[in-house]
Amino acid sequence: MFAVPGRVIAAMFILALVVIPMITTDLYILRILTFAGIFAIYASSWDLLSGVAGQLSLGHALFFGVGAYVSALVNIHFGLSPWLTVPIGAIVAVMVGLLVGLPALRLRGFYLGLVTFTFPLILNGILFLFPDVTGGELGLYGLKGLSGSKIFDYWIVNTVMLCSVFVMWKLADAGSKIIKFGLILQAIREDEITARTSGIDTTRYKLVAFALSGFFGGIAGGLYAHFIRSAGPTTLDLFFSIQVILWTVFGGIGTIYGAVVGVYILYILIELLSLSGGLLSEIRMVVSSLILIFTLLFMPEGLSVWVRDKIEITCPRCKLINSVTRRYCRACGAPLHLDEQRSKEQGEG
Amino acid sequence: MFAAIVINGLVFGGVYALLAIGFALVFGVAKIMNLSHSAFYMICAFLIYMGTTMMGLPLLLSAGLAIILSTLFGMLCYKLLFDRVKAHNFTVMIITVAVGMLFAEVLLLIFSGNPRRIPPLIPGFVEIGDVRVTYQHLLAIVTVGVVICLLWLLLSKTRLGIAIRAVSEDRQIANLMGIDVSRICMVTVGISVAMAGLAAIVVAPILSVNPMMWVAPLPAILAAVVLGGLGSIKGCIVGAFILGFAETGVVFLVPGGSFLRGAVSMAVMVIVLLFRPEGLYGVVFEEERL
Repeated sequence: MFAVPGRVIAAMFILALVVIPMITTDLYILRILTFAGIFAIYASSWDLLSGVAGQLSLGHALFFGVGAYVSALVNIHFGLSPWLTVPIGAIVAVMVGLLVGLPALRLRGFYLGLVTFTFPLILNGILFLFPDVTGGELGLYGLKGLSGSKIFDYWIVNTVMLCSVFVMWKLADAGSKIIKFGLILQAIREDEITARTSGIDTTRYKLVAFALSGFFGGIAGGLYAHFIRSAGPTTLDLFFSIQVILWTVFGGIGTIYGAVVGVYILYILIELLSLSGGLLSEIRMVVSSLILIFTLLFMPEGLSVWVRDKIEITCPRCKLINSVTRRYCRACGAPLHLDEQRSKEQGEG
Repeated sequence: MFAAIVINGLVFGGVYALLAIGFALVFGVAKIMNLSHSAFYMICAFLIYMGTTMMGLPLLLSAGLAIILSTLFGMLCYKLLFDRVKAHNFTVMIITVAVGMLFAEVLLLIFSGNPRRIPPLIPGFVEIGDVRVTYQHLLAIVTVGVVICLLWLLLSKTRLGIAIRAVSEDRQIANLMGIDVSRICMVTVGISVAMAGLAAIVVAPILSVNPMMWVAPLPAILAAVVLGGLGSIKGCIVGAFILGFAETGVVFLVPGGSFLRGAVSMAVMVIVLLFRPEGLYGVVFEEERL
């Protein structure tokens, strides 16, 4: 457990999530953290599809919006509790994911990105065409809250977040010996033709990736709708689709945990800046875009990947992850820093 | 009605064409998906506004200055920011989004969000049928035509144009043939930003100038580029005009059509792509493999 620094950081993060509501009952802070939890599910669902499986989605708000609207409609018309409406919304989002996945069978890369980009815009137009069902510009409101109180909302959202991120991380993990799914998705991302010649049914795996991503995106949307107790067209916003890419690329694309890191740092930073009042809150978007630009200039692979490479090293012989401070692998005893030693010796010689 | 659709379709199609060609050139030559492309169009519009309204310069002079300044600015951004992280596809895309957001926010802080007007280059209007057409609309159409012809001449007849096309086709071979690839990339970015600036000059007096104006044409640009087929300038132009006419047609003919403006043009694009995944004029490339 303590041998891998990355896991220590993850454990500290979970501990902080548990401790924070115990030391503060400030509703504003809990509210920000709840939103961060929702967005973390959303961002990692994007990362699963685009970062891990390499199917560029520029319109991920589609899943979020479908989840939000379906949960809202079911809740308002049938009065079901959020425990049922959120999964129903997620299942509808899965169907939408499969529907969107169909063009993915024909298109790739940039073309796929553009087609997915258009779906939220089209759905948005349709929503405005039927204002008596969807509430038009105002959206649907008067939903049941997730639970009675904001503190319970916090616990629910962050528990769901940790569980779904863990599931997605395990699914995406290429090193896993039990689940081959992550390895296959990454193979498709790296070279689809080779994957296909190796006997992988790439079509099916791509569709499954779309469905899974839609499922978790839909969960995030449903939670969001029940948390703010309304579902409006902002959930399908163009910027909302781009935002998720900002968070994930900032945190580190293709790692799942990078998406979480990105949301919890970038989103909370912007909220804190706007909270601080005065000049700082006025220029908060300027500050955050500058931070984004400079972070990416110096850490083009994202924050979490940059940090990970600084504190962890993979054993060249047995591929086990070690702390960078070790000289020999903790399992097989192979020297870890051979390349550096060699180059140092050459420099001396 | 019909004349209005034709005129507006030509104007919007033309502006989309100017922007989409620039986007496609940078994408083809420098391999950068520059989502901040329309932000340079916005910057140029604001520079014209500053020149005419705040400093009292004559319109033509301030328009010229605005194009030169925004072109330099675009090349600077390319050299300092985009070029450095080019190896990481997603990262460069996000940096361009961040740059666009940064410009929009800075302009919002300086000028506030109120829409502002720029006087037309040629005031007045002419009546065609029963529709009033301002000279600015006609000027826009003529300018777009001239610019597209000039660009075609540049790309097909001059050494520079041939070098640009060579780099977009195969960087390594172009490099071996003695073409300075990074210089060609810079020049291409310059040309594309200048075209965005021209689009701003002709269309800013028709629309209004505000810090959110970079978002509005973005879906249409991307759609036009994909509709025509990546890597084809001709396809870009055709795609842009199809979208321009589809959008204006919907706005004029369908009740409540302005809500559907984006949706319809996007639907057109999706349908075309489903039947021709490589776009209208796209070439089916061998899949790139490492």
